[in-house]
Amino acid sequence: MTSPQAPAVELAGVAKTYRSGTTAVRGLDLTVHEGEFFSLLGPSGCGKTTTLRLIAGFEEPTAGEVRLHGTRVTGVPAHRRDVNTVFQSYALFPHLSVFENVAFGLRRRRVPRGEIAARVGAMLETVELTGLERRRPRELSGGQQQRVALARALVNRPRALLLDEPLGALDLRLRQAMQVSLKRIQREVGLTFVYVTHDQGEALTMSDRIAVLNDGRIEQVGTPREVYERPATRFAASFVGTSNLLAGEVAEVAAGRAVVVHGADGRIEVPVRGAVARGRRLELAVRPEKISLGRARPGGGLCGVRGTVTEVVYLGTATNYNVTTSAGADVVVFRQNAASADEVAARGDEVWLSWEPDHSYALETAR
Amino acid sequence: MPFSRRLAPYLLVLPGGLWLAVFFVVPVAMMASLSLQTGNLIDGFRQTFHWQNYTDGLGTYGDTFVRSLWYGLLATILCIALAYPAAYWIAFRAGRRKSSYLLLLLIPYFVSFVLRTVAWKLVLTDNGPVLGPLRDHGIVPSDFHVLDTTTAVVAGLTYTYLPFMVLPVYVALERLDPRLIEAAHDLHADRTAAFARVVLPLSLPGVFAGVVMTFVPASADYVNAEILGGPRNTMIGNVIQAQYFDDGAYPVASALSFTLMAILLAGIFLYARALGTRGILDTPTP
Ligand SMILES: Nc1ncnc2c1ncn2[C@@H]1O[C@H](COP(=O)(O)OP(=O)(O)OP(=O)(O)O)[C@@H](O)[C@H]1O
Ligand SMILES: [Mg+2]
Repeated sequence: MTSPQAPAVELAGVAKTYRSGTTAVRGLDLTVHEGEFFSLLGPSGCGKTTTLRLIAGFEEPTAGEVRLHGTRVTGVPAHRRDVNTVFQSYALFPHLSVFENVAFGLRRRRVPRGEIAARVGAMLETVELTGLERRRPRELSGGQQQRVALARALVNRPRALLLDEPLGALDLRLRQAMQVSLKRIQREVGLTFVYVTHDQGEALTMSDRIAVLNDGRIEQVGTPREVYERPATRFAASFVGTSNLLAGEVAEVAAGRAVVVHGADGRIEVPVRGAVARGRRLELAVRPEKISLGRARPGGGLCGVRGTVTEVVYLGTATNYNVTTSAGADVVVFRQNAASADEVAARGDEVWLSWEPDHSYALETAR
Repeated sequence: MPFSRRLAPYLLVLPGGLWLAVFFVVPVAMMASLSLQTGNLIDGFRQTFHWQNYTDGLGTYGDTFVRSLWYGLLATILCIALAYPAAYWIAFRAGRRKSSYLLLLLIPYFVSFVLRTVAWKLVLTDNGPVLGPLRDHGIVPSDFHVLDTTTAVVAGLTYTYLPFMVLPVYVALERLDPRLIEAAHDLHADRTAAFARVVLPLSLPGVFAGVVMTFVPASADYVNAEILGGPRNTMIGNVIQAQYFDDGAYPVASALSFTLMAILLAGIFLYARALGTRGILDTPTP
């Protein structure tokens, strides 16, 4: 067995400029560990598919190198790389039965016939397609096709499985069911997954680690919790979940915290790394569910900002309050509707927003 | 509303149906009746329902039938050999200039095919611009011919029917989703395996259409044998043409035509069966 921290897929300074002149990927450095569920998360066109194609061997990087299990694979054609892909469009072979689709990779590798039958049968059982062996892809529903695509890749026992928005074409309910079974299969097989998605919810619930991509660059790599609780950049903060962005001048810096003045009387404490100059403008973010609403100015070392409620949106289990701060920033506050609680504020009310200093985080200024 | 709904399909079929009735069904029926008549141009023809025209025709021209089918087959095979790589290249490698290359390939066919075949004759004649110098310099022996040979006729047939192979094969390849080829490589197929297991099977419907569209007319062709061939290269088309227009033997000519039609239909049917209906006749949808 390989150690859990052994690198399965490594990208070192990988860049890709297409012949058309489009630069899709600009210097990626990434390490995906053995057995890890690793997600590439980012908006459309940020280079996720390109990154996956570079790993699979359909494209060669214009700079940097790709390593699979420590071996440099530059120039190794796709068919000799020990990875398999689940394509966004599935790309099932229309002229072959489900069985033959799944057996395709094994036949190319000259696995003995008996073993092929056994492995394909077992794999179809895993993805719950037993009995459909003889069907053609076009005789299957979307969800069934998706599972054939998954089985066709998994049956080869690749050292890493590359998945390009594999659930993108499914409706919400099926998608949630497939998320659960994908995660289960991944855990059972103990396989390395490199999973491309633009759905932040999907990335947060399924991944061991996430790389947030924007415009061909990595904004942040971390566990779902790290990425959600401590977004490193403004982009990561706004792309993953909802973030309230606030800005102000640094009034003092002490013990790894900066005090930022927001508006006339707003005072926010925020943890900072390294030295921050006094008087500098600092941008920070707070999640909606971390903020409390109150009538009085908060004490006890809490951050406090004054504002006016502009909208109250009742959501059933919770209520969203839209507040404009005294400095003109728009903030959303998310509040669970507890058993006895009435609305704590109505439209037009003056309120104080408060939260723990550790729940606000400074954002790196734009590069 | 249900009435007009039910009527609509018939109305849509009507023009084409009428056309076929007038210009296909009626002549074929007339020819069928003619093939079972006896007589000559001077005394007139009588409907005798004798099968003699058929048995005589097959007896006398049996080897001509065989030769026609043989030439048709050779031309079809050569068409596949020439058309497939060209269509493949245009479909997968020509990028944005696909249509231009396709047009380039088809431009010669805008010229009347009789004219084209006659031009071949002029080029390939014994003392023509090709063979003349070759003979003069002793590169080929002085009794070397191109015209009046099987090679000339088959080459002419191949050239005449090439577009009917290129186009359907091109359409089949062009429709093929390139992501399927990537998927094949991803599943450890090298170039050869990806071609044999994915590209070729998915393009077979196009090849099938091309075979039907070249083999049938090539076997029945008479222009190429007439212009490029000699007495030993006679095809059944030439016989039918001579019987009909030169000898006025309408019943014999009709019987020969029907025999050829029956042979070709049977051949195509067996061919379709042999290749399996599933992979060929229901075209895979990408
Ligand atoms: N074959 C190609 N030739 C030229 N440019 C390309 C090619 N493929 C992708 N691009 C460009 O590279 C950039 C990144 O594309 P990519 O497909 O990697 O994005 P993505 O993150 O997968 O997006 P999506 O979520 O929409 O699938 C885009 O600007 C795209 O237009
Ligand atoms: Mg993509």
